[in-house]
Amino acid sequence: MTLLAIQDLSVRAGDLSLVDGVTLDVGAGEVVALVGESGSGKSLTALSVMGLLGDGLTIESGSITLGEANLSGASASVMSELRGNEIAMIFQEPVSSLNPLVPVGAQVAESLIVHGRATAEEAKAQAIDMLRQVGIPEPESRARQLPAELSGGMCQRVMIAAAFISKPRLLIADEPTTALDVTIQAQILELMSALTTETGTAILLITHDMGVVAELADRVCVMYGGCVVEQGPVDTIFAKPRHPYTRMLLNTLPRLDEEPKGELFAIPGNVPSPQDWPSGCRFQTRCDRPTAACFERPELQGDAHRFACFHPTGVAS
Amino acid sequence: MSLLSVHDLKVHFPVRTGKFGDGKSVVKAVDGVDLTIDVNETLAVVGESGCGKSTTGNAILGLAPVTGGKIFFEGRDLSGLSKAERKHVWREMQVVFQDPVSALNPRRTIAQSIAEPLVIHNFPPAEIAARVDELMTLVGLNRDQRDRRPGALSGGQRQRVVIARALALNPKLIICDEPVSALDVSIQSQILNLLIRLQDELGLSYLFIAHDLSVVRHIADRVVIMYLGVVVEQGPTAEVFANPVHPYTEALISAIPLPDPSLRGKRKRIVLKGDLPSPLNPPVGCPFVTRCQLAESQCETDRPPLEPITETRMKRCFVRQH
Repeated sequence: MTLLAIQDLSVRAGDLSLVDGVTLDVGAGEVVALVGESGSGKSLTALSVMGLLGDGLTIESGSITLGEANLSGASASVMSELRGNEIAMIFQEPVSSLNPLVPVGAQVAESLIVHGRATAEEAKAQAIDMLRQVGIPEPESRARQLPAELSGGMCQRVMIAAAFISKPRLLIADEPTTALDVTIQAQILELMSALTTETGTAILLITHDMGVVAELADRVCVMYGGCVVEQGPVDTIFAKPRHPYTRMLLNTLPRLDEEPKGELFAIPGNVPSPQDWPSGCRFQTRCDRPTAACFERPELQGDAHRFACFHPTGVAS
Repeated sequence: MSLLSVHDLKVHFPVRTGKFGDGKSVVKAVDGVDLTIDVNETLAVVGESGCGKSTTGNAILGLAPVTGGKIFFEGRDLSGLSKAERKHVWREMQVVFQDPVSALNPRRTIAQSIAEPLVIHNFPPAEIAARVDELMTLVGLNRDQRDRRPGALSGGQRQRVVIARALALNPKLIICDEPVSALDVSIQSQILNLLIRLQDELGLSYLFIAHDLSVVRHIADRVVIMYLGVVVEQGPTAEVFANPVHPYTEALISAIPLPDPSLRGKRKRIVLKGDLPSPLNPPVGCPFVTRCQLAESQCETDRPPLEPITETRMKRCFVRQH
């Protein structure tokens, strides 16, 4: 069952197109990874879902629905009713995303109180319970502490507790472990995976780390230059990528089982900024197989495994 | 003779503690580190934030105060040098930092930034211009970018500028502090390839400070694992990755997310409990005791020494022998 459906979403800043015709859906309880490099439009896609696009950014066209609710045309009051209730979001920098002047327990309890789902007393008890569930030792005393008194990993647990306390149907996690050390990253990934199994929350996971994708995602959606270039089940994307960008991206990763100090595969050129995006296929300037056909915009083709390329690599999966 | 050798390096920072800042305490950021780097070798220093890996690099560069221990570069003790002698040694030792945006002056052109070390060391202007051209070609920059400013370049190109500047004085050692972690994935491999090629061509040595273990596995000949200011394990990279001895190294390697979904649920993963202890109040015995699954009573009270496992490998653990 489809929970979140994004249809043909385009976002622009003035004349500049930043997200261009993104179509993507997330099923109930599913973990979908949105992968791409800086400027690919992955975070803007997520912020559009949350209704949190910054000043000067507008949704030009497209629709976003969550279950029955239409998010793209929703008023501010409808959006704030959904946020922290049906949809929650966690960000990359836990320390700067928490209010430094409010004890963490109150920040976890906030969404319950704001949405009138519990009294202050009940919310406090639930918040402490949630902090315990995310693995914070001595949650009663920790709940009274300020974010600055906690480590980065602890703050990320607090963010996760605040996101999960309302048992949202959809969690958007924007680079949730990028700022954390590997051993803490392992803890957080394990925690997120356990919580989704328990609550049935779906996750839209935004990341550039293919290792994290392989650990957590059911499906993968690869973005380049504001467009979706490929999407499909995680095993298929890693084993049989069809879009040249996906294949090259996977090939650039240093692997633990290869000869050290060999030449790593490198994608030529640089990640272009939006004003330099070519018309037609956005990847043509860095691709190893462009032809005249690529001056046209390729459409996503396929069914469960979709890709937007005139000259796909590999064999059909 | 090794190019660089560090003996029992200590960097301690005094800090004020307590509600009114009236207490005094000491953060032992680096507390007795030994390491050596040979000519044309890459040594990686690995560990999580707060383990002292960057402070170790800074102390070698003279950017952090050395509280104790000795640093030898080509056999010369750096602590006993006069200012002029130090300036000479610094020509041989350069640095590449993580963030190329903040490492470059936004108002200078690329050529001016690359030329800066040459200007400081009083090279004649004609020679500087020729050398800048040569360096730009060496790191794969286009010469018509000379007069651009950093803002007009991409992240990968900026890091190439920083590397060109570090190479200007023909150094023997480059300290690379997280040189690729701020770059996009598709650009990381370009810069790693460049570093490997430059090492081959110029016979450079690298002290490579990083937290990304798959990058370290690729580029380093030897690796030093640090935890809470001390070295817990060291040895040839391939051997340490294949057969980690210290429980922390083992956990670290098992926690690397591998880009292969078919391994999900099949890998033996050690998820450590809790966080790094506060460096203000480190454990008395083994620094890793609070998170170790193998800890015994001796680990609580005594600090294990760094002892050899084989001729090339060392570990700091009472429990694990090999």
